[in-house]
Amino acid sequence: MSNVANTIFSPELAARFDHLVTLYPVKRSALVPMLLYAQDEIGYVSDAAVSEIAQRLSLEELDVRNVLSYYSMLRTKPAGKYNVQVCTNISCMLRGGYTVLEHCKQQLGIGHKEVTPDGLFSLEEVECIGACCWAPAMQVNYDFHDDLTPEKVDVVLEMYRKGQGKDVK
Amino acid sequence: MPTLVSHPDEVKVVSRRFGMGASDIDRYLELDGYKAVQLALSQGPDQMADWIINVMKASGLRGRGGAGFPTGMKWSFVPKQSPKPKYVLVNGDESEPGTCKDHVIFLHDPHSVVEGTMIAGLAIGAKLGFIYLRGEYRYLLKNVEKAVADAYARGFLGKNIFGSGVDFDIVTQTGAGAYEVGEESALMESLEGKRGVPRIKPPFPAVVGLYGGPTVINNAETIANAPHILLMGGEAYAKLGTERNGGTRLFGISGHVERPGVYELPMGYKLRDAIYKVAGGIKDGKKLKAVVPGGSSCPVLTADEIDVGLDFDQMAKAGTMLGSGGIVVLDETVSIPEFAMRVISFYQHESCGWCIPCREGTDWIKKTLTRVHAGGGTRKDIDNVQYLAENMMGRTFCPLGDAAAMPTLGFVKKFRKEFEDYIDGHRAGTNLITLDQLVGAH
Amino acid sequence: MPDVTLTVDGKQITAPAGTLLIEACKAAGIEIPAFCYYPGLSLQAACRMCVVRIEKMPKLATACTTTVAEGMVVQTETPEIVQARKATLQLLLGNHPLDCPVCDAGGECELQDMTFKYGAASSFYAEPKNHREEQQWSPVVYFDRPRCILCYRCVRMCGEGMDVFALGIQNRGSSAVIAPNVPAHLSPDQLAHVDCEQCGMCIDACPVGALTSGTYRYKTRPWEMNHVATVCTHCGDGCKTTLGVRSTSSGAEIVRGDNRDKSGINGDFLCNKGRYAFDFANHEGRITQPLVRKDGTLQPASWEEALSVAGSRLKELRDSRGGAALGVVGSNRITNEEAYLLQKFARTVLGTNNIDHHRTADYVAFAQALAGHADRAASLHDTLKAPAVLVVGGDPTTQAPATAWNLRSNVRQNRARLYLANVEPIKLRRQAKGFLQLAPYGYNALAAYLAGDEAAAAAAAADHAALASFREAVKAEQDLLILIGAELRGAELKRLIEFGLSIPGAKLALLADYVNSRGAADMGLLPDMLPGYTPVGSQSALATEYGAGTQPELTKPGMDLLEIFDAAARGNLAALYVVGSNPVGRLGIDPATLKDTFVVVQEMFLTETAALADVVFPAANLYEKGGSVTNSYGDLQLVSKAGDTAGVRSDFELIVRVADKMGADVRKLVPFGTSTGLRADMGQTRGAQSGEADRHAIWLAANNLEPRLSPFDPFAILDEVQRLVPGYNVLRLQLLSGNDQHLSPATPATVDLSQRRDLVSPSGDSLFTSGTLGRYSSMLGDLQRNQAQQLVQIHTAAD
Repeated sequence: MSNVANTIFSPELAARFDHLVTLYPVKRSALVPMLLYAQDEIGYVSDAAVSEIAQRLSLEELDVRNVLSYYSMLRTKPAGKYNVQVCTNISCMLRGGYTVLEHCKQQLGIGHKEVTPDGLFSLEEVECIGACCWAPAMQVNYDFHDDLTPEKVDVVLEMYRKGQGKDVK
Repeated sequence: MPTLVSHPDEVKVVSRRFGMGASDIDRYLELDGYKAVQLALSQGPDQMADWIINVMKASGLRGRGGAGFPTGMKWSFVPKQSPKPKYVLVNGDESEPGTCKDHVIFLHDPHSVVEGTMIAGLAIGAKLGFIYLRGEYRYLLKNVEKAVADAYARGFLGKNIFGSGVDFDIVTQTGAGAYEVGEESALMESLEGKRGVPRIKPPFPAVVGLYGGPTVINNAETIANAPHILLMGGEAYAKLGTERNGGTRLFGISGHVERPGVYELPMGYKLRDAIYKVAGGIKDGKKLKAVVPGGSSCPVLTADEIDVGLDFDQMAKAGTMLGSGGIVVLDETVSIPEFAMRVISFYQHESCGWCIPCREGTDWIKKTLTRVHAGGGTRKDIDNVQYLAENMMGRTFCPLGDAAAMPTLGFVKKFRKEFEDYIDGHRAGTNLITLDQLVGAH
Repeated sequence: MPDVTLTVDGKQITAPAGTLLIEACKAAGIEIPAFCYYPGLSLQAACRMCVVRIEKMPKLATACTTTVAEGMVVQTETPEIVQARKATLQLLLGNHPLDCPVCDAGGECELQDMTFKYGAASSFYAEPKNHREEQQWSPVVYFDRPRCILCYRCVRMCGEGMDVFALGIQNRGSSAVIAPNVPAHLSPDQLAHVDCEQCGMCIDACPVGALTSGTYRYKTRPWEMNHVATVCTHCGDGCKTTLGVRSTSSGAEIVRGDNRDKSGINGDFLCNKGRYAFDFANHEGRITQPLVRKDGTLQPASWEEALSVAGSRLKELRDSRGGAALGVVGSNRITNEEAYLLQKFARTVLGTNNIDHHRTADYVAFAQALAGHADRAASLHDTLKAPAVLVVGGDPTTQAPATAWNLRSNVRQNRARLYLANVEPIKLRRQAKGFLQLAPYGYNALAAYLAGDEAAAAAAAADHAALASFREAVKAEQDLLILIGAELRGAELKRLIEFGLSIPGAKLALLADYVNSRGAADMGLLPDMLPGYTPVGSQSALATEYGAGTQPELTKPGMDLLEIFDAAARGNLAALYVVGSNPVGRLGIDPATLKDTFVVVQEMFLTETAALADVVFPAANLYEKGGSVTNSYGDLQLVSKAGDTAGVRSDFELIVRVADKMGADVRKLVPFGTSTGLRADMGQTRGAQSGEADRHAIWLAANNLEPRLSPFDPFAILDEVQRLVPGYNVLRLQLLSGNDQHLSPATPATVDLSQRRDLVSPSGDSLFTSGTLGRYSSMLGDLQRNQAQQLVQIHTAAD
């Protein structure tokens, strides 16, 4: 049973949030994880999510939005079921990061921060994801795919298209 | 999944358990796991803190995040008595382009971070530690969370750890995408649920940190080293490295090399050897053009400048920095102006926006270089970029401004001719980044 | 704190340890520029303008975050520093729209000043500036994003200063932006708005023209205005507001209100009313010529006709029916001199004690209770310094915003302990160390309980444990400041004050609703009290002066406000003289009540009261005259003439002229020219424009001269007030130099409060209303509608 009546989150997530706020000396510390976990469940940080999280942490909604807008992984619009994030920072760039990005654009028919019409994929160019030594790399949701070539990208995308990709959350 | 590499020149301390299944707590215990923390506890409540700090001081371990501050000294700055609770905060917000070493630690040896956090906690008298991983590292966070949960299940964490009467808890935390949060005071802000904007210093975290309490903040690699150092002894660790640069460190060698990867090399190891011996030389037999030696914020070294030892002091002497140990190798085909454009584009994207010189400076450098890429540049623009960078150096609220200015100055000063040729239409090297890509990024 | 000595630009300076370098320098006359630094708000170190070179520090340091240290050696203006500042300015100007010629802040812009000083005149950017459309966040707050330099002053002002938190910072890097709390996508009109108290402090704090005021934007240029510092006419705090005045064909129009030099009693603060609600002065409904009732309707008349009708009829009625059949109602918004003059006119010319005003707090009981404890009366300044504060009743946030600001600042900056006892969970509880929820109507019981009456506990608060610990905490304090709302009156108020006096060093204040509510009471706009709370009939210099011996009926209290209208209803009120008040509207008097009464009204507007008058005189408002006012705390301040509306006259002048037409000895009423025997007419015989004499008096005052040359000179009355009114022995030089001066209420004789009708009727004003006057401020009207709309939105969203 959630601490918030009529929670918009699943019972599991609501229970997780109930627990999360108890971990810290100050409950506001749960804000960033809550926003990310809410996004993981809903697909983005909706107004309703902002509202409930503000309520849970006794914050002004404005305050939640201030924080939300700071972090680049958080979004206020839906992404695809599989959000493809291609790193183009220096190490990846040197080993074909942009080729991977362009290939994804072509294969998915969408650009940066766009979603395929079927809602399956979205594409994002991201900054360094900490896979420099296995470049070029990308993440699909939270799963890493490295040492990529266009051919490998095709395999990865196909895997997700078939619903066989890992979906780490 | 990251490929593990290895080379005979490596000296494995912190990477000792890589590839050995140490994420499993039983396996970790077989590999001397949680012995260090018990050794510390066995010193007795009165001696323990000083003992740990003395060993750490003797080890010569310097912060692996990039600033290289001596770890033992940092821990000793925390007041013994404090009306407010003290905390340990582990910085796993690894975000410096070219750096992926903590990635490997979290993947292969998460318990070493857990154990190191406990040791730091014992050293300063904290009862609570936080391990903060960047948001992108979710699968690694899972790994760390499992390690923490397993440690709790064994009674290693929580009340009365190892029957010592001491309590210690660990909370794991995820970020959500912000390079700036890697700066220690911004990290605290983020952990407190705020925008990742740095704090005014002083006061320093050792005095006023998380929730106003004294806080020790260490890089994940620094923390993961602690158990090993306690077991092998500070002097033994120190001897692995050079003077004032104790031990070994993880170097991530990426870019145009044959065998990119994360290698553990002794401090002071020659950069040339790291590139040519350890990483197998330049990819596809090309020639070396330049090296960004410690993550993207470090001033570039030219091919002629790589006969330098990889430690904090030698690198500083060479006019650059050891940084986060992310060595990015550029071959002869690389267009330096375009490489510089991608670097500044990153810092422009990641500036928190708090102070004017960084917020506006990164933006104007990017705008100017974008125009140069578009063919609308003049040689005066090179002076302007240099002027902007020089006026950011040392004048911003936090080191991010310097991190953007330093490499920019390095590129412009060391490769000015190439910038001039680029502006004049003679563009050397391959097209690294198109104008659309530069403009379109983010 | 001990002083430390440091060297700045080669000059030795001393400052208390812990002082910020920027403040220490400022105190020593060395100005260090800064955009983000704002005294009293949290430190940012964001703009990097205040960088200085401190010996032994590797980098330039920010003077706004560095505290002074013994032996510190500082350079504040070397070529290196100048270059750093210049570069910062160049960066800002890269995107800042150079629309200074039309920008409201042009001429008053810190960025402009800095650019001028550091010469960042040339730009080497070829890229276009990022343009964004201006946003209207509320009727009074506009945001021009490209002009914003992100100093975060507004964000802190709103959050830390106002405890409203309507502004935030969103996005990051060069996309960072100040964001209001109602985002566009959640707003019915798809535009971003602020849901806030509309105080405008964000605009005040803005160093550039990014935040501009709805009342002022694009109206004029700063250098085309005269800036007149005076006192706000609205609540009882008596804040200094600086009115920007521009000449027009019909006088002088007030186009702006702000807190220009922050030198007033209110320090940094000014609320929405002081800032925007001056616009009643320019309202099209202003009466600008005398009106006389002819054939049943009010018709324009000449001054001579109107004054003659009023004077002769009043004289006739006084002579035929006696002073007891006349009534006078005074105002909370006239000057002390006018209030004094009005009661003197009533008592010595009309011959009646039937005089009253809209009482919004029981100052008679306050003065009675504090008798003999002059040092225990608090000033508004005390709210900023007292180590502990108890507020019983009231809601300073909406009723006395400067008081609330000071209390919040005191808690934030000095860690003052704030205790509140209230029947409502008022907003200040967020700063309170202790909040006691009182039972409905529990104030009197609380006063009794605090005084030791345990039996009163049940009626005071439901939570007896909380009540007990609250009393304990309060009693343990020293130097406690006790602020009392209008809920407490008479004997109960006295009881609470007596409790307060039992606490060592405690000081007290009673909060009323309007700018001169306190002054009205002090000046004796009361049927039973002469000025200075001198009971009618008591032996006093005042009574003697007014001829008590010759007029025995004046030794008895007159009719109070309600009795006056009761008398009218019975047909026993021959004449009613009303100055700046609307009792008919406020009390809901049936117009028929006054059908047999000759009514004279001095007013700005045709209020319900004025509409029933036989003669209406067009009156100037507080912004159009000189004199003094006394705030709730007893802080006396001068008001200055700012605006001028052709055709109106000050209440002072009107009273004198009516008295003159009644055949009274004007020299006795206003002892002008007494020191030299000189009688200087200041223009009236020349047919000069109305207000000229008054303006001349202001000029004299501004030059520290006391005119006392004209019968319309308030200083002549101030002389008399000073000579005769207990508690008003003011320091003239202090007053003339524009400072406030604290006065303690004095009462020469005690009265039985239990037998006295206090007649207190709080106005119930919100942040966006101000009695009858508030109706004529279109900006307050806009803000009320804006607020109502937002409430509707919130309710709809909640459904």
